[in-house]
Amino acid sequence: MPSSASDAAAPDLAVVGAGPAGLAAAVTAAGLGLRVVLLDAGERPGGQYYRHPAPGLGADRPEALHHGWAAFASREAGLRAHVEAGRITYLPGHHVWTVVPGGGGVWTLHAVAGPEEEAATLHARAVLLATGSYERQLPFPGWTLPGVVGAGGAQAMLKGGLVLPGERVVVAGSGPLLLAVAGSLAAAGARVPAVVEAAGYSGYAGHVPALLRNPGKLAEAATYGSALLHRHVRLLTRHAVTEAHGTGRVEAVTVARLDRDWRPVPGTARRIPCDAVAVGHGLVPQLELATGLGCATRSSADGTAALVLDAEQRTSVPGIWSAGETGGIGGAQLALLEGEIAAHAIAAHAAAGRAGGPAPAALVRRRARLRAFAEAMGAAHRPGDGWTGWLRDDTDVCRCEEVPAGRIREAVADLGARDARTVKLLTRCGMGWCQGRMCGPAVAALAGESAAASPGGAPDRRPLSCPVPLRHLAELPPADG
Amino acid sequence: MSRTPRTLVGGAPTATYVLRFDGRELTAQAGQSIAAVLWGAGILAWRTTREGGAPRGAFCGIGSCYDCLVTVNGRPNQRACLVPARPGDRVTTQEGTGHAELGV
Ligand code: FES
Repeated sequence: MPSSASDAAAPDLAVVGAGPAGLAAAVTAAGLGLRVVLLDAGERPGGQYYRHPAPGLGADRPEALHHGWAAFASREAGLRAHVEAGRITYLPGHHVWTVVPGGGGVWTLHAVAGPEEEAATLHARAVLLATGSYERQLPFPGWTLPGVVGAGGAQAMLKGGLVLPGERVVVAGSGPLLLAVAGSLAAAGARVPAVVEAAGYSGYAGHVPALLRNPGKLAEAATYGSALLHRHVRLLTRHAVTEAHGTGRVEAVTVARLDRDWRPVPGTARRIPCDAVAVGHGLVPQLELATGLGCATRSSADGTAALVLDAEQRTSVPGIWSAGETGGIGGAQLALLEGEIAAHAIAAHAAAGRAGGPAPAALVRRRARLRAFAEAMGAAHRPGDGWTGWLRDDTDVCRCEEVPAGRIREAVADLGARDARTVKLLTRCGMGWCQGRMCGPAVAALAGESAAASPGGAPDRRPLSCPVPLRHLAELPPADG
Repeated sequence: MSRTPRTLVGGAPTATYVLRFDGRELTAQAGQSIAAVLWGAGILAWRTTREGGAPRGAFCGIGSCYDCLVTVNGRPNQRACLVPARPGDRVTTQEGTGHAELGV
C-alpha cells in the first residue's frame, strides 16, 4: 500500500473519483507526464454513469446498457496502460473522507479502504476532486414503501447487478435522467406504464439558442423519446406522483397534474397500478471534500450548490481542482471534457519541462456549449416551490430518523426555525446514517430556504464525507486536525 | 420470449451459488451485490426501521442512503447494495439498530 510516501516522493496529482471526469483527467494527466494516484470508492472505474456488471456476471454486451460506451472503453484501456507503465497508481475501493494541507505544498488524503475499512493515507502535490453527484429526492406520501426506489438507484442496480425492482415500473420526478432510466428499464424487460415528469418541456423554449448549439443532445433525447414511444411508454409532463399506495410494498401510485409552481391541481388525481416506482428530481453535486477544504460555492440554475471554478477548473483554494458534476450538473460528455481540460491545466502548472500547456481550444469551446445547455436544462427542471403541497403531516421526510413533515413544519411555525440547520437540531432530521443526503433539499424547502434565498447556494455541510471508523480518527496525527 | 436484463447484455455468469436469506435459499450470480440477489428473487425489503418498524430495502442503490442495511453472517449494518454476495452467505432481516442479538 503506497500509504506513507514521503513528501518528496509525493505524486504530482491525486484524482478523487474514477467516474467520467476523474478517469479522463487521470488518463490525460498521465499522458502529459504527470505521476498520478487515482482513488475511487467503487470497485471498477466508470463511476455511476459508466457503472457496469462485475466480470463475474459475464455480460457479453455491457454497452447495451450505455450511451457513449466507446468513450469509456478508450479511457479504461488508457488507464490500464498507464497503470502497467507505473504512471498511474489506481486504488479502487478507497473512499476518501478528508483532504488536508500537509505542509510544503503537499496535500494529505485520508481514505477508508476495502471491506475491512483499513485506514489509508496518501500525499500529492495537487488534488482534483471528481466526486460527482447523488440524486435529489423530493418526498411524497408512501415514498418509504419498498418498491419505491431512486431512478438512479434502479439504473445502478440494473447496470451493476442486472436486476429490476419490479415488472411494472412507473418512472417519475424531473430531469433528463428519467428518459434514460425509462429507456433502459424498458429495454431490459420492465413495463413502464408512464414517465411522469414534473416540468413542462416548454421550459426549454426560453433556451432555444443553447439547444440549437447542442444538436447532439437533442438527438440523444429524441433517441430516448422514440424508443419509449416504440415501447408504448406514456410521457406525462407537468405531472407528479403525489402518493404511493400499498401495504408492505408498492401496488399503485396516484399521479396528479401540477400547476406552474408544481402544486397538484385539485381534481386531476388518478391511480396507476404498478409494482415499483423509480423516482428522482435531478442530481446534487457531492461537495463534502471541497467544502471541507473551504472551496467557494455558487447557486446553479437547477437550485443546487456547485463549486466556483475558473476557466482551468481551479477551485477557489490554490492546488485544489475539480471537474464534472461538482461544478454544476452537466452530464458525462461535459465531465469527460472538463477532466481533460483540468489535466492540461494541472500539467502546465506542475514543474516546468513537462508536456502540457493550455487546453486545446476545441475542448474549451465544447465545454462552453455544453455548460450553457446544462444551465438551460437545470432551469427547466428546477423544482417549483409548490411541490411541498403533496406532503402530508405524517409523511416521513427524513428516511433515516423517521421525521415526518408535520414535525418539521412545527419547528418552523411554532419554534421559529428559519433554516435547515435549526430544523435539524430541533427534529433530528438529516442527522441519521445518510447525513441528510436524501432529505436535505426537502428540509431546506420546508424551512423556507428556497434556493433563491440561500446565499451563494449554501451546500449542506457534513464534517466527513462518509462514516469513518472511530479508530481512524483516533489515529490521526495532531498536525492533521 | 420475454426480455430480461440478461437477454439485453447476453452472456452468462461465470458461476452461480446459493446463499440463505432468513432461512430461504436464493441463487446468486457471481458479481452481484446482496441487494441485487434479493431483488432478483423479488424481495424488496430486508430490514425494519428503529422507530416505526417499517419495512425497507434498497433505495439509492449506490451506497449513500443506508436504507438497505442488512445483517450478513451475523454482522449487522452492512449496506446490501455494496456488499458482494459470497457463496454460503447467511443474510438475515435486520430489525431496528441490528444489535438485538448483541445484548448492547
Ligand atoms: S441502497 Fe442506498 S445505501 Fe444501499
